Amino acid sequence: MSNFEKAPTCETGPVNRRRFLSGLIGAGTLAVAPGVTLYKYAEAAVSSKVRWGMLIDTSKCKSGCTKCIDACATENGLTSKDRPRTDAQWIRKVDLRDSKTGRTQSLPVMCQHCAEPPCVDVCPTGASFKRADGIVLVDKHICIGCRYCMMACPYKARSFVHETLEDQKPHAPRGKGTVESCTMCVHRVDAGGRPACVEACEAAEHGAMVFGDLNDPKSEISKRLASYPSMAIRADLGLDPGVRYQGLGGGR
Amino acid sequence: MKSVRYEHLALSGRAFYVLLAAVGGLAGIGLLSAWAMEHRGHWVTGMDNQIVWGMPHIFAIFLIVAASGALNVASMGSVFGRAAYKPLARLSGLLALALLMGGLSVLVLDLGRPDRLIVAMTTYNFKSIFAWNIFLYTGLMAVVGVYLWVQMERRFQHLAGAAGVVALVWRLALTTGTGLIFGMLIAREAYDAAVMAPLFIAMSLAFGMALFVPVLIAAYAAGGHTIDEALIRRMGRLLGIFVAAVLYFVAVQHLTNLYAAEHTGVERFILADGGAITALFWFGQVVFGGLLPLALLFGKTRNGIQSRVLTACLLIVLGGLAQLYVIIIGGQAYPLQLFPGLEVTSSFFDGQVNTYTPSLYEIMLGLGGFGIAALITVVGLMAMPFLPASTALGAEQAEAAE
Repeated sequence: MSNFEKAPTCETGPVNRRRFLSGLIGAGTLAVAPGVTLYKYAEAAVSSKVRWGMLIDTSKCKSGCTKCIDACATENGLTSKDRPRTDAQWIRKVDLRDSKTGRTQSLPVMCQHCAEPPCVDVCPTGASFKRADGIVLVDKHICIGCRYCMMACPYKARSFVHETLEDQKPHAPRGKGTVESCTMCVHRVDAGGRPACVEACEAAEHGAMVFGDLNDPKSEISKRLASYPSMAIRADLGLDPGVRYQGLGGGR
Repeated sequence: MKSVRYEHLALSGRAFYVLLAAVGGLAGIGLLSAWAMEHRGHWVTGMDNQIVWGMPHIFAIFLIVAASGALNVASMGSVFGRAAYKPLARLSGLLALALLMGGLSVLVLDLGRPDRLIVAMTTYNFKSIFAWNIFLYTGLMAVVGVYLWVQMERRFQHLAGAAGVVALVWRLALTTGTGLIFGMLIAREAYDAAVMAPLFIAMSLAFGMALFVPVLIAAYAAGGHTIDEALIRRMGRLLGIFVAAVLYFVAVQHLTNLYAAEHTGVERFILADGGAITALFWFGQVVFGGLLPLALLFGKTRNGIQSRVLTACLLIVLGGLAQLYVIIIGGQAYPLQLFPGLEVTSSFFDGQVNTYTPSLYEIMLGLGGFGIAALITVVGLMAMPFLPASTALGAEQAEAAE
């Protein structure tokens, strides 16, 4: 802890005990405070009464638009090393074409925050976990980098950190040799905000992404889900994803 | 019943150092490769976010299932009462331990954070078959360790039968668990099938035997002895049955998958359109790893049995590596079907067949696993009396049994 190293200094003469102790307490407070704040966030915010989810209206999602992806990269410090096969992608734009009808669609795909996440089931150490509010995360402290979750995810939503990272965001810690994916901007959500991608889509006046509490019938997302047909990707797998799509169709 | 006298492997000074340098060098190169991969990051390998498991997993899983199969001979002796195999049970146990350690080393050294091995050993999610496998792998080491001990300690030799039964059950559980790593992957069409468990058991029986026989012959040759041909013929026939079992389960795996319309895409990829994967399946796995060994092992000619069995063993090992390549790489190369029936494109290679070009790092790490296993085997054979002084006893009892 650098705070401990710097705090108890004494310019000249014998050590002043009062200054030393007050310095120590100050340093201790500084060192512990971020952890306590995070703990408070985690304790206060997470409740199974809410289930965070997203609804994506594919009819409003523009092909070629990458506002949500750019916002995610900026928010979470995802920098490219110009190695597309190993660079992390928490969210990506997928373009679909029905060869029979010629109909095309464009939509973002990210971690679907399943209620029954296969990544959580297969993780040997429990590093992949689902919060009570439905957000699926990776505990970077106990991820051993076995990549079994990447084998298990039907959505190809996870990335492995293949090389050393610099300039990380304090709210989105990442680490070489561990697996990561969309956190649904958990740091924003816990502070009462919305994911960066949703805000970026709204700022671009596309309004293709709605974020909210799936358990609250009065939330906009619940109302939209109640009023319009929607679907989950690979609904046949029975994973009950928290991300739903409106207007998605075609294929067999 | 005659008591069996066991010997150390006695190598002359020069032969010992040459052998030690060869296997130690292989293990060392593997460790250096692992260090480079961890230090620079996995981007230096051929693995990426599309093909997340590569060469290290092929070698590691081969060695782990072969470890279970290396115990065949011990099981035949202790559990199924085949007297001819009993004197070879010690070598069988040693080879199982060595192969398991070699395979696990590769698996651990490929982890993104191998320094967190202690986390993997102390923090468990019991819904994960991987977590169960950690117990199955370390447990097999303990079980085989006890099995070897009761065989070597005269006071406890009466317990060898019971220890053999535990080892047999444990290794069947281990290969079931290894097969289910793939069998329980609902996301990928090439896996997600219960047949993976018996397939991996059959693979373990064949691969383990195909490594045991050459090691046995080499160890005897190094000591200036030859092995009774009747014993080699017997082991060859047993190996043939295991190879046939592998082919049977492979046929079941693909035919059942072909029956489901939703899986015809992935089957067409593996069996017909997959380029290198298809070639490896038909020629590497089926013809050279299956049919040719069967012809060699069950052929009518009675001459040159040792060279025929050794050739079959080599083909089965290479075919086994090809089979694991087809399973592991082929299963990932075929794109995940997020939107069945639609043409898909993205910046993350959705809808595309993924390519894989292994780097030297991961190949050397995998071969290093063989090096570690060989090193443990050589040192073990020299340090303790694992080899029966003669297999003539085996032949005598073989005839009595027949």
